[in-house]
Amino acid sequence: MSAGAKREERWLAPAMFLPAVLYILALVGIPLVLAVLYAFSDARIGSAGLHFVGLENFRSILQSPGFHKAIRNSIVFTLSAQVIVIVCSNILATALEEPFRGRGLVRFLILLPWVAPVSLGTIGWKWILDSIYSVITWVLVALHVYKPYSTPMWLGEPHLAMASVVLVHCWRLIPFSTVIMLAGRSAIPKEIPEAAAIDGAGFWRTLFQIKIPMMTPILSVAVLFGIIFTFTDMTVVYILTAGGPFDSTQTLPSLAFATGIAGSDLAAGAAISLFLVPVLVAVAYLMLRVAHRSEVA
Amino acid sequence: MAVVETRNLTKVFKQGELGAVNDVSLATEEGEFLVFLGPSGSGKTTLLRMIAGLETPTSGEILIGGQLVNHLSPRERRIAMVFQSYALYPHLTVYKNIAFPLKAQNVPKDQHDTKVQWAAGLLGIGRLLERKPRELSGGERQRVALARAIVREPAVFLLDEPLSNLDAKLRASAREELEQFQARVGTTTIYVTHDQVEAMAMGDRVVVMDKGRVRQIGTPAEVYDEPADTFVATFLGSPPMNLVSAGGTITGFRPEHFLPALAVAIPDSVPMRLAFSHEEYLGAERILYGALADGPHAGAKVVSRIASTHAGVFAKDRTYDFAVEKRHLKLFDEATGIRRR
Repeated sequence: MSAGAKREERWLAPAMFLPAVLYILALVGIPLVLAVLYAFSDARIGSAGLHFVGLENFRSILQSPGFHKAIRNSIVFTLSAQVIVIVCSNILATALEEPFRGRGLVRFLILLPWVAPVSLGTIGWKWILDSIYSVITWVLVALHVYKPYSTPMWLGEPHLAMASVVLVHCWRLIPFSTVIMLAGRSAIPKEIPEAAAIDGAGFWRTLFQIKIPMMTPILSVAVLFGIIFTFTDMTVVYILTAGGPFDSTQTLPSLAFATGIAGSDLAAGAAISLFLVPVLVAVAYLMLRVAHRSEVA
Repeated sequence: MAVVETRNLTKVFKQGELGAVNDVSLATEEGEFLVFLGPSGSGKTTLLRMIAGLETPTSGEILIGGQLVNHLSPRERRIAMVFQSYALYPHLTVYKNIAFPLKAQNVPKDQHDTKVQWAAGLLGIGRLLERKPRELSGGERQRVALARAIVREPAVFLLDEPLSNLDAKLRASAREELEQFQARVGTTTIYVTHDQVEAMAMGDRVVVMDKGRVRQIGTPAEVYDEPADTFVATFLGSPPMNLVSAGGTITGFRPEHFLPALAVAIPDSVPMRLAFSHEEYLGAERILYGALADGPHAGAKVVSRIASTHAGVFAKDRTYDFAVEKRHLKLFDEATGIRRR
């Protein structure tokens, strides 16, 4: 190789790398630094000055009952959504694994919620769950489950609102999770469940002792992605309830938005959003470990 | 231990198509090593999978130990199966792989260890028990699969080409081991293979299959020496039996019986002349290629197989005197391919 070609190669790698580095710096790095900076300052929308205030923002957040509620809601929201998503997507994947007429079409339809824009889908659900125009309520009234004058307010009562937010989020995440599960299942050779059947294992034993353990790597990827999507989600909450009623569906991201942008207290908003970091770091660490383990295996 | 029997067993995968298995009736004997032999697509694996309960027959009956098992699940048939890929559970250790059938069939827990150790000892894999399948060689995996099959003392063993993933050298020793292992445990065994050497070497009897039908059932010597039709005659033996036809009759003779005239016992031999074309030297033997030079079969391509200790030298395009002993000539009907007796 000539010296010229070598020199070219020395520059080629960094040059190819640069767009990705710039992209991450501009869209992840700078906002992260700004968030940390703001969290220790008194930044507000509309005021130019920036003063270092130490841990003052964190102290006041930790004392606010709204913040405690948001943490609780975030945990409930994330965990319940994950459980529902994993169970439902497993069932769907089991059903979609066997060939049947029209399987391609069904797979396509199931994937739709994932490919549609989040905000559009959620706005659709906002109408479906509307206090006056809800089709669900209309059907329940027509079936005489509810009287027309005492219908449930899907987004207006604390527990129902939380359930609605969780279910809409599940509706969105299940397709994604199902596709991952299908991939995981198709990676299991056909002979393995057959061998289990001959060895005497029934449906549940094969599922829990053979199939699911063999899918663990891919299952953990689905769960970890799901946790990130749910824990940081703000679209579904913001569009459906904006955190209401009475902060009953306020999660960390929506509280950060409400405080920092809507309430123009940038410093407090930044401090709240920093509480997402430890969870996300833990999840990212686990994901890397899973990836590493499956590489080694 | 039990006898496996099929009665008019048929499997049609797609309506209107020929069956993958057509009207197969056969029965094993107690403790027998029965081999299903056939080319790929002959239906031998489908037949085995129906016996295992992994495929539902389109029609016909399967009996194990005299009991009709058509509607029983695989676990209720008391069979064990070794798959071509071994199908070991990759996330479980060798120990847990072997113990899995015991757990699944609710064998009392306190017996597990004794049984696992017994099966592992029988196959000489006691030192591998804590390993995962991916840490094992092909031969070791095959033994684990066998141990997992034997551990619950099944009535019948079903083996689906268990040696085909091993390299040639290992295959020969694994074949011998498997044979001795079966003789020791004495369990009725059905073995599927497309390898005639395996079939001949291991089988008490061989079931030769083609296109979903049984062509012949017999001992290795019977199917080789007295083939029932031209398919069996050409499928077994390498190179296959010479077949030459004239006047509605196909005459067959094995290459090892088609010898230079001087090497054949004089009385009762049929002289033929070979127009020699070329030769393959295979170490222990020589394969001579050519065509019959005259008589009713003139021009038919034939092969001769002689020991390499034979000193004869053959020149291209020269004609030589060959002969076949009369008792080695097999006659088949040209229209049906069926042997004339």
